[in-house]
Amino acid sequence: MTTGGYRPSDVQRGRIAYRRRQTVRSVLVAALSTGVLGTLLVLAVTGSPGWDRVRTSFFDPRIARESFPAVLEGLWLNVRMLVVCAVVALALGLVIAVLRTLRGAVFFPVRALATSYTYVFRGVPLIIVIYLFAYGVPGLRLRATPGVLVLGGAALVVTYAGYLAEVFRAGIESVHPSQLAAARSLGLTYRQTMRHVVLPQAVRRVAPPLLNDVVALQKDVGLVSLAGPIDAVRAAQIATAENFNYTPYIVAAVLFVLLALPLIAVTDAVTLRAARRQNAGT
Amino acid sequence: MVSRNTFAALGGFAMLLAALAACAPADETPTAAGSPSASANPCPSGALTTRTAGKLTIGTDNPAYEPWFSDNKPAGGKGFESAVAYQVAERLGYPAGNVTWTQVPFNNAIAPGPKTFDMDINQFSITDERKQAVDFSSPYYLVRQTVITVKGSPIAGATTIAALRKAKLGAQVGTTSYQAITDVIKPGTKPQVFNTNDDAKKALQNGTIDGLVVDLPTAFYMTAAELDGGRIVGQLPQVGVPERFGIVLDKDSPLTECVSKAVDQLRQDGTLAVLEKTWLAGTGGAPELQ
Repeated sequence: MTTGGYRPSDVQRGRIAYRRRQTVRSVLVAALSTGVLGTLLVLAVTGSPGWDRVRTSFFDPRIARESFPAVLEGLWLNVRMLVVCAVVALALGLVIAVLRTLRGAVFFPVRALATSYTYVFRGVPLIIVIYLFAYGVPGLRLRATPGVLVLGGAALVVTYAGYLAEVFRAGIESVHPSQLAAARSLGLTYRQTMRHVVLPQAVRRVAPPLLNDVVALQKDVGLVSLAGPIDAVRAAQIATAENFNYTPYIVAAVLFVLLALPLIAVTDAVTLRAARRQNAGT
Repeated sequence: MVSRNTFAALGGFAMLLAALAACAPADETPTAAGSPSASANPCPSGALTTRTAGKLTIGTDNPAYEPWFSDNKPAGGKGFESAVAYQVAERLGYPAGNVTWTQVPFNNAIAPGPKTFDMDINQFSITDERKQAVDFSSPYYLVRQTVITVKGSPIAGATTIAALRKAKLGAQVGTTSYQAITDVIKPGTKPQVFNTNDDAKKALQNGTIDGLVVDLPTAFYMTAAELDGGRIVGQLPQVGVPERFGIVLDKDSPLTECVSKAVDQLRQDGTLAVLEKTWLAGTGGAPELQ
């Protein structure tokens, strides 16, 4: 038993040196290829005859600074609507998915309603639903008509709940029937089974596509500006029309990406964790 | 070792990029076809450097609103802007038969890059900032922004601007009407913004906005013909430089000078005043808000 330090053999030292040489070579080749590609792309864009005009039209720093506060204020509306609409849409989607997976002949009308709901609201374009809710409903002159923001949010919730219901349903139906059988053999009622056995597994399983839909909702929330309120893209549109310059759109795009980054990072982390769990360490 | 296929793919891609960078699209500035005669007559009648030789292409948006156009048919010659456009074309040497109309959404009119029209007439207001992106002709109409509403609205009887500050106002996106709300009225609640005046009208009828700001001729047309119980609250005062409509042309277009000269001619010989009286009749007499 040698207690002295481990001394690698010549062969091992040779292997280490070879691997280091290979690593250095890979890095150099990667840098070179990135440099070549980047240079070609930059040349292709800036070498075009119209580049100066496009640069001043789309990337003007002064207009970016001027339009930033207005676009940021619009983005705040996007964020508030996103939080509220996402929570409500998730809840409504879950309810519809559960209704659609009810067993038993007596529940046929409920299942049929839930099914037709998902068919209709996944088919109708969101813009049309927003127009119907925000322009049609106030036209009925009912006594307690909520404001356009609430109506627009309702349109978003109702449409997205259709998509989310299908995602939830996929999760519920992916739970192995042996789980249901085991729950039945333990004497759990249907409601208890759903609450303690099926839904926890199902929701964890479909968390990645759900978060994906929430990221998509983040942008669709801006469509509520069709009814009047000013969101980030609308604020950019107003600033663009004032100056006849497109830079505010670029500002809005950058802010949207920054807003999406935390959500996308969370999505990726959840997906990774779910994959690791389900594949048991593969 | 890197396989031969990978090298081939990378090399092919790099060559494709280089080819794209090399064969750049055609130069934007037109060849000086008309410049030898520039010293003699800069605006040869019927022979300007237009997109199609011998024809003048005029652009406007769809829908084309009253009273600027009629029945959404710009080529009909009816409506103030349609009439002005045909008059300008005639002064430039293009009779009605040589004028073609094309649909140009707002964004396409102000975007960089080659335009699909020679000139665009669509209630564009002239501002210094916009002049950096496009060329404007001489103004052909002096604009006043006006507040309209419907019967029963909280601001139906307002006579001062202060009375409007508590109201929910609206305007079409990208218009100087919206700027008039933010710069002149400065209401307490944020103004609502709509894609088109049609949406804004519906919101006004629904009661989701109390008042709508549009230019004076549109205000008269909307309250008379389109809104039930529509009424004009009043004209807004001009702040700073008076607002005027101009024809939009591509930046540094060779036609700008000629079109401006044609519009000036129309103003000097009274044609513009006659057209205003014909198409924008009854646009006097709206109360002025203080």
